[in-house]
Amino acid sequence: MIDFLTTPLAYPFMQRGLIAALLVGIVCAVVGVYVILRGMAFLGDALAHTILPGIAVGYLINGADRGALFWWALGAALISSVSIGAISRAARMREDTAIGIVFAAMFALGVALISTVRNSAVDLSHFLFGNILGVSAGDLWRIALFGALVLLVIILFYKELMLITFDPVLAATLRLPVRLFDLLLLAMLAIAIVVAIQTVGVALTLAILVTPPATAAFFTHRMHTMMMAAALLAVIAGVAGLYASYYLSIASGAAIVLTSTLIFMLVWAGSRLRRRNL
Amino acid sequence: MAVSSVSEPATSATTTAVPALTIRHLTARYRQIEALSDISIEIQAGEQVAVVGPNGAGKSTLLKAIAGLQPITTGEIRVFGTERPEPNTIAYVPQRLQVDWRFPVSVSDVVLMGRVGRIGLFRRPSRHDRELAQRALERVGLAAFADRQIGQLSGGQQQRVFLARALAQEARLLLMDEPLVGLDIPSQDEIFRTLAALRAEGVTVLTALHDLQQAARYFDRVMLLNRRLIACAPARVAFTAANLVATYGGHLHLLSDGDGLLTVADTCCDPTPDRTL
Repeated sequence: MIDFLTTPLAYPFMQRGLIAALLVGIVCAVVGVYVILRGMAFLGDALAHTILPGIAVGYLINGADRGALFWWALGAALISSVSIGAISRAARMREDTAIGIVFAAMFALGVALISTVRNSAVDLSHFLFGNILGVSAGDLWRIALFGALVLLVIILFYKELMLITFDPVLAATLRLPVRLFDLLLLAMLAIAIVVAIQTVGVALTLAILVTPPATAAFFTHRMHTMMMAAALLAVIAGVAGLYASYYLSIASGAAIVLTSTLIFMLVWAGSRLRRRNL
Repeated sequence: MAVSSVSEPATSATTTAVPALTIRHLTARYRQIEALSDISIEIQAGEQVAVVGPNGAGKSTLLKAIAGLQPITTGEIRVFGTERPEPNTIAYVPQRLQVDWRFPVSVSDVVLMGRVGRIGLFRRPSRHDRELAQRALERVGLAAFADRQIGQLSGGQQQRVFLARALAQEARLLLMDEPLVGLDIPSQDEIFRTLAALRAEGVTVLTALHDLQQAARYFDRVMLLNRRLIACAPARVAFTAANLVATYGGHLHLLSDGDGLLTVADTCCDPTPDRTL
C-alpha cells in the first residue's frame, strides 16, 4: 500500500507535478468561488482560450522559453479581460456577446499565428492540453509566487470583494471603487488561468475553476468556508487524479478533471440523499 | 384594486437647523425618458416621509438619485447640507428581489456588510462592529437567526436583514424602495415597528409605498409623485381629491363619506415590484 503511494514519487517530475497540481488546484478553487458566484464561467473559459495568441506570439519571438511564454500568456489574458469589458460598454451589448466576439477573434488569431510555424504542434500541445509532468522547477516558482499573490489579494480585500459580488448596489452607495475591484478580480482570474494552463491546458482550465467550488456549494453556507472546502476538494482531486494518471497511463490534466467531476457527482448524490432523509 | 381610507397622520417630527434632505429643481432621466421633472422638497432630520404614486411615477428613480446611484440631469440634492455627503450617511434598501439568495453568506455577514465603509481597507471587523451588527439584528427581532444562510429566511425576515444592515451602517438617512411588497401582514407590522424604533433615534426615513392607508397612518408626511411633485404634506392635507387625481389620474376613484375621503386607487394590478422605475 505504501509502495503504491511512494513509487510514483521516486520520480522528480512526479514530485514537481504533484506540487504543481496542489498549488494550481488551491489557487483556482479559491478564485473559482468568485467565478461561480458572479456567473463568470463563460468569461473564464473564454480567457483560457484567448491566451493562445499570446503563447503563439511568445513562441515566435522567444521560442520555447517557458518563462517568457508565461508573461505573453498573462499579457494576452489581461488584454482580453479588459477589452471584453470595454467593448460591452462602448458597443452597449451584453457582456456574453462581447466575450464571444473577443474569445473567437483571439483564438482565431492564435491559430493563424501558429499555422505560420511548422513543427510547432508538439510544443504547443502542452498548452492546449496541459503537461503537468513537464513542469520545471522554474515553473513551480512562478506558480507559487503568483498563486501566493492572488491569495494575498483575496485575503486583503476579502470583505470588499464579497460585498461587490453579493450587493454591488450597497458597494456603490458606500462609494467603494467597484470598477477597480471588478478589474482586480479579472486580473486575478487571468493569473489563475495562466497558472492553470500548464497543468490542465486551455481546454480543461474551466473545470478546475468551476467544479471544486460548485461541489463545495452543496455543503457550505459561508464564503470563506466555501473557499477552504473548494481548495481541499481541489487538493484531493489533484493528488488522486495524478496517481490515477500514473497507474492508468492517462493524460494527467484529464485525470485530474475527471476525478474532480467524480467527486462532484458523489457529493451531489450525497446531498440529495441527506436532504431526503431530513 | 387597493382600497384605502384616509386616517389621521402621525405627529410631526422635530425640526432642526440643517435639513436632512434638500432637493431643488431636480430633473432626472431614466432610459431617455424624463422620469422626474423639477422636483423641489425639503425634509427635516428625523422626519419619516412616504413616497406614493403610480407605477412609473419615478419613485425608485428619486430614491436612487438621492442615494447617488442614478445620475441627475439638472438640479441639486443636498443631504445634511452637502451635495457630497460622507458615504455612510445614506442607507438604501432596494426592492427585495435583487440579490442572489443562494449566496454563501450568513445573516450576520450581510449585516456586517453595512460596516464595510466604516471599517476601511485592510481591516477586519472589530468587536465594536460585531456588537453593532448584533444589536441591529436584535432591534429587528432576528438575533436568533444570525448564523442562518440568508436564503433560509422568509421574505419578511430577509427585508428586515436589510433594515438591520442599514442600522449597522449608522446611516442618518434611510431610503427604502417598496419594502412591503410581497410581505404578509405580520412581516409588514414588524417593519413598521422597526421604523418606530428608528424614529426614537432621529433617523430620517424616505420610503416608497403602494398603500395610501399605510402612508397616511405611519408617516409624518406623504409625498405624492407622478414625475412631478404633486404634494408633500401630512396625509390629511396632501390627500385631497384634486391631488389624488393629479397623481393617479384615471386609475383613481374618489368617494366622499362625510368626515373623510374614501379613495379607491387602482395602483395597478401587479403585486410584483415595478422593475422599470
